[in-house]
Amino acid sequence: MTAVHHAGEAGTPPTDVNDPHLTRFDIVKEGLRRDDIEIVTYESQFHGQNSKAEKRVVRNISLLFAIAGLLTLAFLVFYIIWPWQFELGHTMSDYYTPILGITLGLGLLALGFGILAWAKKLLPHELSIQQRHGDPSSDEDRLITGQTMMYVADELGVQRRPLLKGAIALGLAPVGLAAAAPLVGGLIEDPHKGDLPMMYTTGFNPEHNGGKPVRLTREDGSPIRPEDVSTGGQMTVFPGIPHGATNHWADSPTLLIHLRADDAAETRKNADADKNGRNRGSMWGNYVAYSKICTHAGCPASLYEQQTNRLLCPCHQSQFLITDNAQPVFGPATRRLPMLPLTVDEEGFFVAASDFKDTVGPDFWERP
Amino acid sequence: MKRRKVDLADAPVTFAKGVDDRFQAATPLRGLLNKVFPDHWSFLIGEIALFSFIILLLTGTFLTLFFDPSMKEVAYDGSYPALRGTMMSAAFESSLNLSFEVRGGLFMRQMHHWAALLFMASIVVHMARVFFTGAFRKPREINWVIGVLLFLLGFFAGFTGYSLPDDGLSGTGLRIASAIMLTIPVIGTWLSAAVFGGEFPGEFIIGRFYIAHVLIIPGILLALIAAHLGIVFKQKHTQWPGPMRTNENVVGERMFPRYAMKQGGFFMAVFGVVALMAGLFQINPIWLFGPYRASEVSSASQPDFYVMFMDGLVRLMPNWQIYIPIGNGYSIPPMFWPAVVGLGALFTLPMAYPWLEARKLKDKRIHHLLERPRDNPERVGIGMMAFSFWFIATISGANDVIADKFHISLNAMTWAGRIGLVLIPPLAYYISVRICLGLQQHDRQVLAHGVETGIIKRLPNGQFVEVHQPLGPVDEHGHPIPLEYAGWVVPKKMNRLGALAPAVKGFFYPVEKPAEIPVSPAVGGPVKKEEIKSGR
Repeated sequence: MTAVHHAGEAGTPPTDVNDPHLTRFDIVKEGLRRDDIEIVTYESQFHGQNSKAEKRVVRNISLLFAIAGLLTLAFLVFYIIWPWQFELGHTMSDYYTPILGITLGLGLLALGFGILAWAKKLLPHELSIQQRHGDPSSDEDRLITGQTMMYVADELGVQRRPLLKGAIALGLAPVGLAAAAPLVGGLIEDPHKGDLPMMYTTGFNPEHNGGKPVRLTREDGSPIRPEDVSTGGQMTVFPGIPHGATNHWADSPTLLIHLRADDAAETRKNADADKNGRNRGSMWGNYVAYSKICTHAGCPASLYEQQTNRLLCPCHQSQFLITDNAQPVFGPATRRLPMLPLTVDEEGFFVAASDFKDTVGPDFWERP
Repeated sequence: MKRRKVDLADAPVTFAKGVDDRFQAATPLRGLLNKVFPDHWSFLIGEIALFSFIILLLTGTFLTLFFDPSMKEVAYDGSYPALRGTMMSAAFESSLNLSFEVRGGLFMRQMHHWAALLFMASIVVHMARVFFTGAFRKPREINWVIGVLLFLLGFFAGFTGYSLPDDGLSGTGLRIASAIMLTIPVIGTWLSAAVFGGEFPGEFIIGRFYIAHVLIIPGILLALIAAHLGIVFKQKHTQWPGPMRTNENVVGERMFPRYAMKQGGFFMAVFGVVALMAGLFQINPIWLFGPYRASEVSSASQPDFYVMFMDGLVRLMPNWQIYIPIGNGYSIPPMFWPAVVGLGALFTLPMAYPWLEARKLKDKRIHHLLERPRDNPERVGIGMMAFSFWFIATISGANDVIADKFHISLNAMTWAGRIGLVLIPPLAYYISVRICLGLQQHDRQVLAHGVETGIIKRLPNGQFVEVHQPLGPVDEHGHPIPLEYAGWVVPKKMNRLGALAPAVKGFFYPVEKPAEIPVSPAVGGPVKKEEIKSGR
């Protein structure tokens, strides 16, 4: 059974702290009494002062502090003298960060353990009991405070002055709104504004190229001929417009795939059988181009598995079947990857016959 | 003029008098020095979170001195040859410079990242401690709510910080964040356009995340942490039941000097561990990921661990899209459910738990004594259900890596996660409730019959019985008088009763001579009963 100890003013009589015979600990105990604390056990961890055991503990703690000092000093020295600037290959500077970590880390650990040892091994063990006094305020106090607050409301007199009520609502609400307006108003951008709304167009829209079809280019902006992509190969292409390969056109990266003949035939059959007809005639020869931006969360669906003709998105493992209009066949994606209508211009370079006909990128509420 | 003699020895006294004259500090200071704190190892987990937060503030301030939160395109011309000449944002360039051109900058960056992971991990473990021991019960419900908010803010602090370097991984994370915003019905495109200042990625997001990461979120975190600790201070810490401990007192040691010293030592130890990790374990090597490009991502792109559960849920979600055939047609993408509804529920439902449990148990009492998990099996069951759900979701956030390393089919991993998410949590509930009930029963059995001694006796009629050592008094037949369960550890081994020698202490060699084994006391004989100290 647990014993209940009643400490505090009710238990022991107060001590006269001005009594010259009192030890310092007596005065501390009087303070504890006033804070409703009772020390149940308070004992040294050693037998007698300057015992052998105590000396050993003191030595160990001093040693820990000395190690802490040495290691942090080593940290400073290495911080200053060790070569730190990155160089190619296996060099001394490779060890800069590990050395900083080891010296500072172990130094701080030694300091921490030193302090912990001091507290745990050297200081007297004590067991104290403090009363919580977690009782709620008295009913009387609650009543008084409640009435005081009600009286404040009375003083304001909103209850009996209905005009003020209306005035507060009408007069002060706009002040609050005015505070919020610049933040909200400044941030709002219409995602559907302009002739080329951002959600539905990409860099392959001819409007970005003065009305001419946009070339497919490599990252460095060079155009691509059909023979540049080997059979079974694939290439990431970008719109051939200024900054076409930068993040400014983050929804435009496209995967150009040169299919083997039999795969190409199947792909063409499926594209021509497309229900809404958007993919019909979008292939060029054995080449097909799909948006690289996953319709699930917008990562680049860039892992091309040649054997199964699947595209896999490394973020959430949606898988798209290239030979069937890039329909999703596994994972969380619901919508196929849009196909870019391909053709070749008079100079023999790939161009986009038009922009993507499906909406590129992750799905959203108002996508038609 | 005669100068007054200044006695240096009196200076502290004079100073203290002056302070008290002005601030009346003596009485409250005495209360502070004398405040009693209960002690248990499990109370230290929250401290780790606090100390990591301090480390985060220190290292984060250092990082701001060198970081340029700008998305302006620049050509890299630093000392890392592989990226020289590459176009990248100024944010990524300055992050590279922090790692390569600033003396000790990489160390600070890694310390910041490790401290952030430790911060989140210790919050999770601290929350589990508070949950499973019932420390959230009245009067501490508000502090539980603040704790959940701290986790939420930590989550967003982590995500915004993860996005700042603008490397390949963080850009991909931002891309997914934008896609998550897009899934919200009606306002999705507007929200994403407002946050990114137009189409993803725009030119503002790094600057906006920067101010959120270094001012807004840490400001709120700091205020909430102050409130969290203030409430703990005001309400006094909970304690385990045990000898002398009641609902009306705190049994422990005074804050000064021993308790405060232990805190200080522990802080230094945590600091040391973070420094060791920062020095020895590479984290977020952004120079390997390269700058963010919309067309590039590496496989095995995982977020930090505390976001992985969400990534896992998004991976496991079947492709169930809701189409609304009105006008041009509207749709709710499947990612809306795990990423918006799921995350919302995950952060709001736990806040309501203290009141839900109190309502179910019709419990309006004040609780300052903790409850052993086994004494509330349903709570443990619910907690284990939530934990197993979280665990499967987190594992699934890395299912491609697991599939790769263990040569498992990726699709099989996804299906295992989907099925596991439905089956494992109820199973975890059932198993943990049964374990709790079993432990309860064993406690009661020992209290009623005593500790098993391992001594088998043969009775004259040939029957074999095991001798039990009673914990308390016995009746006239030598049978133990059943004891009441006090909510605390029941000794179940002979040496815990002092009836056997304690286990020999020492790691490599015994630091004390093994005590002589006392003769087993006869059944019903006088029992030397020792105060229960173990289990703390």
